[in-house]
Amino acid sequence: MAKHITLPLTEELAKTLHAGDTVYLTGTIYTSRDAGHKRMCEALARGESLPFDPTDATIYYVGPTPAKPGKVIGSAGPTTSGRMDAYAPAMMAAGARGMIGKGARLPEVVEAMKKYRGVYFGAIGGAGALLAKCIKKAELIAYEDLGAEALRKLYVEEMPLFVIIDSEGRNLYEDGRKAYLESRKQK
Amino acid sequence: MREIQAQQITDVVERLCIEANQYLPEDVQCAIRNCRAEEDWEIAQGVLDNIITNFELAESEDVPICQDTGMACVFLEIGQDVHITGGNLTDAVDEGVRRGYDKGYLRKSVVKDPVRRGNTGDNTPAMLYTEIVPGEQIKVTVGPKGFGSENMSAIRMFKPSAGLQGIKDFIIETVEAAGPNPCPPIVVGVGIGGTFDKAALLAKKALMRPVDSENPDPFYADLEREMLEKINELGIGPQGFGGKTTAIGLNIETLPTHIAGMPCAVNINCHVTRHKTEVI
Repeated sequence: MAKHITLPLTEELAKTLHAGDTVYLTGTIYTSRDAGHKRMCEALARGESLPFDPTDATIYYVGPTPAKPGKVIGSAGPTTSGRMDAYAPAMMAAGARGMIGKGARLPEVVEAMKKYRGVYFGAIGGAGALLAKCIKKAELIAYEDLGAEALRKLYVEEMPLFVIIDSEGRNLYEDGRKAYLESRKQK
Repeated sequence: MREIQAQQITDVVERLCIEANQYLPEDVQCAIRNCRAEEDWEIAQGVLDNIITNFELAESEDVPICQDTGMACVFLEIGQDVHITGGNLTDAVDEGVRRGYDKGYLRKSVVKDPVRRGNTGDNTPAMLYTEIVPGEQIKVTVGPKGFGSENMSAIRMFKPSAGLQGIKDFIIETVEAAGPNPCPPIVVGVGIGGTFDKAALLAKKALMRPVDSENPDPFYADLEREMLEKINELGIGPQGFGGKTTAIGLNIETLPTHIAGMPCAVNINCHVTRHKTEVI
C-alpha cells in the first residue's frame, strides 16, 4: 500500500515506515553527494554548524544536470549511496534522519539507522527525467564551487520512493529478493 | 585521400553528446519493454513502468534520461585514406564534448586529477579511442558512461586451466557483487582474451553493440544466451528490489590471447545504455 508522507521526518513518522513500503514524499529536502558530505563532516568534526538545520532532515544523494531556461532543475535521479557510507553515521548523529539514494549500505550505516531511527529511501536510479517532475523549487544554499555537487534545498511534491532500509534495520534488497526467489520455488 | 576538417568532427561530437543523453537507442527501449511484458513480480513491474515512462519523458521533453550524463567515451574509426585538416584531432573531439555538454545542459562530471580531484567544469577530456580502418570515412560513436555501473565492473587475469567455467563463474560473481548498485536492469559487456588492457576495451565495446545482437561465433552466441538466463535467475530484479529482470542484455567480444593467459573483463552498464553513431 502506498503511503503519502509529509516532512520533516520525525522519529514518530520514521517508526511508521517499513522496508518495502511505497512512499510519496512531500516537503523540503537537501541535496548532497561525495564532496558535499566530505565538507559537511569536516565542519562537524571542527564543531561548526552545517549550512542547514539537520534536525529531522532528509538528504537526497543527487547531482542534478543544469536546469534548462525556465525549468526548476535538470534531470535529478539518485546516485549510489554506498559512497556516502563513510559520512552517513556522523550526519545521523547530527540529527539528520532520512536518506534518499540507491544501492547497498554498509552494516555500520544500518546500525546507526537503528540507533538514531533513520530511514533509507530508494529512488529509481536512472529515472532522472521522471524524478525532476516532483521537484517544485530548488535553491542553492552552499558550496557553489562544487558545481553539480553543491548543496541545494529542494521542495518536492509526491516524490515516488521505496523504503529500502527502515529504522529497525529491515532491508528490501534482502527481503524482496528472498521473497521473489521463494515464489519461484513454489511454482 | 579525402580531407576532413577538424571542425566537422567537433560538430558531430557535439551533436552526438546531446542526442545520446536524451534518446535511448531503439534496441534498448525494445529490450526493456520486452522484459516488462515478461516480468511477473509486482514491485518489479512498477519499477520497469517508471523506467519506461522516464525514457519516454526524456525523449519528448529533450532532457537527459539520467542525471549522470557520464564521461564521454568517444570511439573513432578513422579511414586510412582520410587526412584531418584545420586542427588537432584530440582538441577537436574535446571541443565537441565541451560544447555538447554546455549546450545540452548536461552534467559536468569529470575531475582533473583522480586523487586530488577538482571538477574540470566542461566534462573534458573525452575518453578517446581511435582505430585505423580501411576507407576514407570517419565513424564517430559517442557513448556517455555513467559511473554507478562503471564502478561495479571487474577484470581478472585467469590461468587457462580455469577454462570456460572460470569465466562463467566470474561473470555471475561480478553481477552478484554489483547487486542493486549499478541501477538494474543492467547490460553486461564481457571481453575475453587479448591483453589486460584489451580485455577491458573489448568489454566496453561489447556495450556499444545492440543488445539484441549476437556474437557471430555460435559458441559465444550460446554463451551469451546462457549467461543472460543465469543472471536473470539470480532474483536481484529491477533496482535490486527482487524480480526476474536483472539484465536486459549480455554481449561478449573476444580476441586471441597469449598461451599463458585468459584475461576476462566484465563491464556493467545500467538500463540507460546510451550510444549514438554518425559517419562523416
